[in-house]
Formats: sequence, C-alpha cells, structure tokens
Amino acid sequence: MIDRRLVFLGALALACMVAFMTIGLRGNLGFVLSLRAIKLIALIEVGIAIAVSTVVFQTVTANRILTPSIMGIDALYLFAQILLVFLLGGLAYTSLDAKLKFGVEVVALMALSLGLILPMLRTRLDMGFLLLVGVVIGVLFRSLHSLIARVIDPNDFAVAQASSYANFNDINSELLTVASLLTLAALVFVWHARHVLDVVALGRDTAIGLGINWTRTQVACLLLVASLVAVSTALVGPVAFLGLLFVALAERIVTTRRHSILIPAVALVAIIVLVGGQTLFQHLLGNSSTLGVVVEFAGGVVFLILLWRGSRK
Amino acid sequence: MSIAANQIGVLLATLVLAALFLVSLGVGAGDVTLFGLWHGTAELDLLAISRLPRTVAVVLTGAGLAIAGLIMQAITRNRFVEPSTAGTAQSAELGILIVTLLWPAASLGFKTLAASVTALLGTAFFLMTAHRLPPTQPFLVPLFGLVYGSVLGAVATLIAWQLDLLQYLSIWSSGDFSGVLRGRYELLWIGAFLVVAAWLVADRLTIMALGRDASIGLGIDYARMMQLGLGIISVISAVTVVVVGVVPFVGLVVPNLVSRLMGDNLRATLPVVAVSGAILLLACDILGRLIRFPYEIPVGTVMGIVGALLFLVLIFQPRVRG
Amino acid sequence: MIRIENVSLAFGKTNILKEISVSIPKGGITALIGPNGAGKSSLLGLAARLLPLQAGDISVDNLSVSSTSGKVLAKKIAILRQDNHVGSRLTVRELVGFGRFPHSHGHLTENDHRIIDESLRLFGLTEMSERLLDTLSGGQRQRALVAMAYCQDTDYLLLDEPLNNLDMYFASELMKSLRNIADTRAKTIVIVLHDINYAGSFADRIIAMKDGQVVADGKPADIMTETALGGIYGFNIPVISVGGQPIALPFRR
Ligand SMILES: Nc1ncnc2c1ncn2[C@@H]1O[C@H](COP(=O)(O)OP(=O)(O)OP(=O)(O)O)[C@@H](O)[C@H]1O
Ligand SMILES: [Mg+2]
Repeated sequence: MIDRRLVFLGALALACMVAFMTIGLRGNLGFVLSLRAIKLIALIEVGIAIAVSTVVFQTVTANRILTPSIMGIDALYLFAQILLVFLLGGLAYTSLDAKLKFGVEVVALMALSLGLILPMLRTRLDMGFLLLVGVVIGVLFRSLHSLIARVIDPNDFAVAQASSYANFNDINSELLTVASLLTLAALVFVWHARHVLDVVALGRDTAIGLGINWTRTQVACLLLVASLVAVSTALVGPVAFLGLLFVALAERIVTTRRHSILIPAVALVAIIVLVGGQTLFQHLLGNSSTLGVVVEFAGGVVFLILLWRGSRK
Repeated sequence: MSIAANQIGVLLATLVLAALFLVSLGVGAGDVTLFGLWHGTAELDLLAISRLPRTVAVVLTGAGLAIAGLIMQAITRNRFVEPSTAGTAQSAELGILIVTLLWPAASLGFKTLAASVTALLGTAFFLMTAHRLPPTQPFLVPLFGLVYGSVLGAVATLIAWQLDLLQYLSIWSSGDFSGVLRGRYELLWIGAFLVVAAWLVADRLTIMALGRDASIGLGIDYARMMQLGLGIISVISAVTVVVVGVVPFVGLVVPNLVSRLMGDNLRATLPVVAVSGAILLLACDILGRLIRFPYEIPVGTVMGIVGALLFLVLIFQPRVRG
Repeated sequence: MIRIENVSLAFGKTNILKEISVSIPKGGITALIGPNGAGKSSLLGLAARLLPLQAGDISVDNLSVSSTSGKVLAKKIAILRQDNHVGSRLTVRELVGFGRFPHSHGHLTENDHRIIDESLRLFGLTEMSERLLDTLSGGQRQRALVAMAYCQDTDYLLLDEPLNNLDMYFASELMKSLRNIADTRAKTIVIVLHDINYAGSFADRIIAMKDGQVVADGKPADIMTETALGGIYGFNIPVISVGGQPIALPFRR
C-alpha cells in the first residue's frame, strides 16, 4: 500500500509542474512550452540529485545535519573543474565536447572525494569537528577556485562571484541528457539498495554485524553522492543547505527514516520546493534569480535550528 | 614563558614585520627603486600616494583583526571563533548595505558607524546564542557562527540583488587592498587605537578567559568587560569591512599560533599577536601581488587558502603538551 | 562576619534553597556538608555574588553582596568553585598571580611576588611554578586553583570541595595549611567537604544542609554522631572514637 502522505506529496508536485508549465503563457506557444519543458526537467533533476545525495550521505555518515555541500564536496567539484582547465590548458579543454568534459569532471570529483572525504569519514571524529573541517575545506577550495580562475584569466573578476550562489535561472541545459542518465542510474541504484541503506543507517558496527560489507558500501555511497553532486553543481552551481531543507521537511511529513518512503518523499519535496518556488518567483513575482538565495537562506536557518536543538538534547 | 624569551619573540616578530614592510613598498605594478626615489618625484609620489598607504593599511588591518579574534576567543572561551566566523563581518556588511540604500551619499565615517552598530547587534546575538551551546562540544560554536554568518550573507545578497548593488557587496565581502590610496584608508587608525585599548585591559581579558566565576571572584565587572570586548571587536570589524572588505582567518589562526608558542597571558602575548597578524596579512598581500604579476590576487582569496590550511593544521594537530 | 538572612533560591519552579538564615562569625573554619544536590554550592555562589540574589540578603562584614561593588568585595572574599575548566595556556605562577589582580590590577609589586611565592610554597607548587597548567595532573591543577584563591589574600575564603582530585597526602596537607592560616592569620574559611572525617578533625563548626535547608549546625562533636549523620545522609553511619576523636565509618557493612 502506498503511503497516503506520499500520494499527497505526489499530487502537490504534479500541481507545481502543471502550474510551472501553464501560468502566464504568452507568445509562440510551442516555443515557450518546449523552453519551459527543458527547464522543468532540469529543475526536477537538480532537485532529485540534491535530495538523494543528501539522504544517502546522511545515512552513510550517520549524521542528520550533514549535507555533501557542507562537507565541501561541491566546492571540490568547482575546484576539480578549474583544475582540469589549468592542467589541460585552457584552450584544449574548453574546446572539448561539453558532455565529455562533464564526464571527466565527474571522474575527477569521484577521485578527489575518495582521496579527501573518505579518510575523514573513516576517522570517526566528533560530529562538530567533522562539520567544522568540512566547512573550512569548502572555504579552502572555493578560494583555490577563485585563485586559479584569476591566474588563468586575470581580468575575469566575475568568476568568484558567479560561483558563490546557486542560480536556477540559467540552467546549463547542454548537459541535460548526460545528467538525466546519471540521475536516473543513481535513482535506480538507490532504490535497489534501499533496504541495505536502512541497515547502514543503524551505524557501522550493527551494519557489519548484519553482514554488510561496510567499506564497499561506504565507497559506493560516496561515489554515488559525488556523481549526484556533480550533476547538481554543474547544472545550477553550489547549494549549501538545500538538501538539508529538503530532508528536514520530508522527515517532518513522513515521520520515518525508512528509505523506501523517505527517498521518494524527499525527491517530491525537492520538486515541490524548486518547481513551485520557481513558478512563484518567475511567473508571479516576476523575479526568479533570487530563488537560490532565498532557499539557501531558509536552509541555513533550518541548519541552525537543527544544530541548536540537537546540541541541547 | 620567561621574560627574556618573550622579549626575543617580540623583537624577532618586529624585525620580520619591518623587513616585509620594506618589501611591500617595493612590490607592485610600478617600479620603486632607491635610485629612482633619490632622483625622481614620480616614484616618490607613487610611494606616498599608493604604496605606503597600502602597506600601512595592511599592517593596521592585520593587527586589528588578530586582536579582534584574540578578544573574541577570550570572552567566548572558545579558540575557534573570530569575527568573520561569528557573523560580525557579515552584520557589518549588512549595515553598510542598509546605509547605502537609505542614504547613498553618506560619508565613509557614517557608514563605518552604521556598520559598527549592526556588527554589534549581530555579534551580540551570536554571543548570546553561542553561550547556550554545550561547552563540552567546542566545535559547535564556530560551526554555528559560520552558518549564522552565511545566513546573514544570504540576506545581504538578497537585498543587494533586488537593488542591483551586488557589485558593491562583492567589494565589501572580499578583502582587497589594491584600491587603498592616501585619504581612503585613514579610518583604519581607529583599529590601532583599539588595539592599544585592548592592551590596557589585557589582564582583565586573560581573567575573562578563566570564566565568569573567576572573573567576578577577582572583582572584574564582567558585564562591562563583555560590552567593551564586544565593542572593540565590532568596531575593528566594521572599519575593516568598510575600508578593505572581509578578510577571513587572520583573527583565527594568529592568536592560536601565538598561544601555542607563548601561552595565554595576554599582557605578554597581545603585542606579539598584533605584530604577527600584521606579518601574516602583509605576507599574503605581497604574495597576492606576486603570483600573477602585474595583476593582483585579492588578499581575501590568498588568505582564504593560507588561512584555511593553517586552520586545518591547527585543529588536526593534537595540542602539544609541554 | 558573613550574615545570611532568609535566603531563598529557585531555578524555574524548583526551590533550591529555602529560607536559609545562618551567620558565620569572623575567624575559624566552618565546614559545609550534606548530600549531593543539597544546595551547598548554590549557597556559596550566592555569598560570593556569582549568582544573583533572588530573596533575602547576604552581607560580608556588613557589606551587602548585592549592592557592594565587585572590586571591593574581591578584596574581602575569595571563592574556589567546585568545577573549574581552565582552558588558557598559563603557567602555574601566572595563574596564581592573577589572584593578586584585585589588589594590584596586574602591576605586580614586590609584596605581590612575596605572596605569590608563599602561596606556591604553601601548596607544594614551587617546583612546577613555570609549568603550563594543561601539563599538570588533575590534583596539581586543583592545588594551583586553591593557591590562586589563597593568593587573593582576603579575610574570607570560600572553598567548594577543594579536596577534589587530591591524594591523601595533599588533602591532609591542604587541611593543615588551612587550619594554620585560620589560626595565625585570623582568616575565615568556609569549606565544602564530602569526607566528614576531615570536617570532624579540622573544622571548628559544621553546618549540614539537605534539600535546600540547614538541618544541623554545631561543633564537630555534636554533628559527628550516629544519629546526626544518619539524619543528614539518610543511612546508618557508625561512628567510633579513636583517641577521643570521633571517626565516621560509612564503609562498614
Ligand atoms: N543552573 C541550574 N539550573 C537548575 N538547577 C540547578 C542549577 N544549578 C544547580 N541546580 C540544582 O540545584 C540543586 C543544588 O545544587 P548545588 O550545586 O548547590 O548542590 P551541592 O549541594 O553543591 O551538591 P554537590 O555535593 O553535588 O556539589 C541541585 O538539585 C541542582 O540540580
Ligand atoms: Mg556542589
């Protein structure tokens, strides 16, 4: 039996999509609709990527206020991106096919995550410490990114600024097909592993006791997270707290941590917030560029509240 | 720490700073040579209008930020906080933004005043909140501060975005000394006065770091010292943000490094912290000028890398006993 | 004289102290005993103005703690809290030296140095006076904190469980030192103790608290009896006499 709340979320998500496609239609219908469809797909994809990566990351780190971005993985992506430009030479690299480039970046990010993030998760440090390190690593890679950007092109003062907030307005739709495939594959994988994830959520020792190959699972999850972060960052840029917002909302609604329910719920919440928010901002408020900042703001506040509550138990 | 070793430390730091000061005068897009200084007035002008003010500004900022971090760490009793990780700098940004909005023609002095007030409010809120986080988890406080700062930053971005002030905001949010000229940096001297003021109450600050009970037991007006500390932190941060923009990590890593070497008796270490702050920032600024000569990398970016690395080393390295 | 009049204290709805009235005249050692949570630390905290008074009044030599300036009181009364987390990297001498702050405000005079040296010696710290606090053992750190309170050189000294973490030798040394300064310097010492045998041997007077009230108050000989102790702690504590000195044996089965 499908959970009633999931049905409700699904209906709401559908309503948001319909609203997004239909409100304020004007001019050449065919053209506008196809334009909107592309954007809709991109938004859904980004939402799912952020939602699923956050759930998996939280499960595998046994930590409810962690997101891949708080641990600096998206900053790592930006860094990997610019590092490749630097290493392969600007011209040669930029003339590569966008899809191929994205593929290389995803692989580079996976390698970097395994090299940097995995050892940190392994040390089983105190949560606050881990978070702090993640945030500082984020600052480090963002700074490295803007340093290299300036070394490559001293006049490009926009780089640092452009990469600091997610922008849902001009989505990089060139990558849409690759990104779709990647997201879909990840979704299938996660769905397939949903019961394993339930066990993983019980913590390392219990999971091993129940016969999970912990190392392999941890690595697989991290690779999955890395590829999803690459998808969302490539499409819209870095998001720090969005995933947290989605998961916190979804958990509130379905009141369970069981992955077979949580994962669809989070994905639907993500779609509702992003598509609904975009509809609201673009068609009704007539100003869509600020959605990213607004949701980030909300996510940050949620983070502070969670931290505050969690620490005072 | 014996008195002699202490003095050697101060002397050494001062010498390094002096050397860097001279280097800084010589590095930049235009050449300054001793020969040229002797003969031409153009180079003298360059020195007097741009290079010297810039170098002085860096020194004042570095010293001020390091002391602001030191004070903040003493009054929160947490080694991992500083103004840019506690929402202070972001509150100051918000203040300037609001003034720019309401009264675009306001003078730099007035903007500083407004920024100081908002910095004060923002930091006071942070301190009140941080105070209630469990002391057994010291890393929560800076984490809370960092996210609090980024939430405030989001508010500022949102406002700036709506009103097309993003460009201004990016000036304030990333520290850069390349625009410092004579006549445009003098507010930073306020920071120098506050550093001296901090030195006058150094003993009290050391006692504050022992905790509220110990402070009151020793007859210190705890609430007033708290306000004083808060005031110094806010004004230094505000002045810095107004003149050069946010410079991260100086207030974090410098006091920690000095504490590792010389302990926490602030009467002895406070001058060293100030000088070391100046050294670190000046070194980073010079580095920023050299990496892609003749273009400049803003000091905020260089500091973001150097500071983050130093910070990671600091928190990963277990405290040395001895 | 410390005069405590009708003092009550509540945290939220819980009453921690209930209408306590007690005076501690100048001179001598007064031991404060009682089960965990009785309110001993709270009472000391109020007397040393670390907690704001909610009801009643406390005065030290006729100076009301709620209205007298902190600076003046810091020369009158010193307190050692039950739990102290010193995170600063200070040497033992630096820490103890801060006990002189109320007098010299950081500009240490000859006299200050003399007192610091004496405190270090008194509490067996001379050897380790240049060591950093975080390199000391728990008991050594505790002694440094007691030395700091002593160094404040006040007429009244409030010590909340100063024997925490001390070994037998230093516990008895500390008590002897306190006895000594109480006798020779006319200091007034109020000390919270959980080992009632120390209280029985060294104190001039024992005040027992339970559930926020004073339940017994008198000379050691009056308190160190099976009936009195049983009433305070709620279980049977045999008391024997060794050379005329009553010794409680709570560990006897
Ligand atoms: N800040 C506070 N908030 C709420 N309750 C408190 C607070 N401080 C103390 N209490 C409560 O007040 C009561 C008395 O505490 P107090 O520390 O004075 O006891 P004590 O006699 O010193 O005990 P111990 O022997 O364990 O040190 C206890 O029940 C304690 O739980
Ligand atoms: Mg107690």
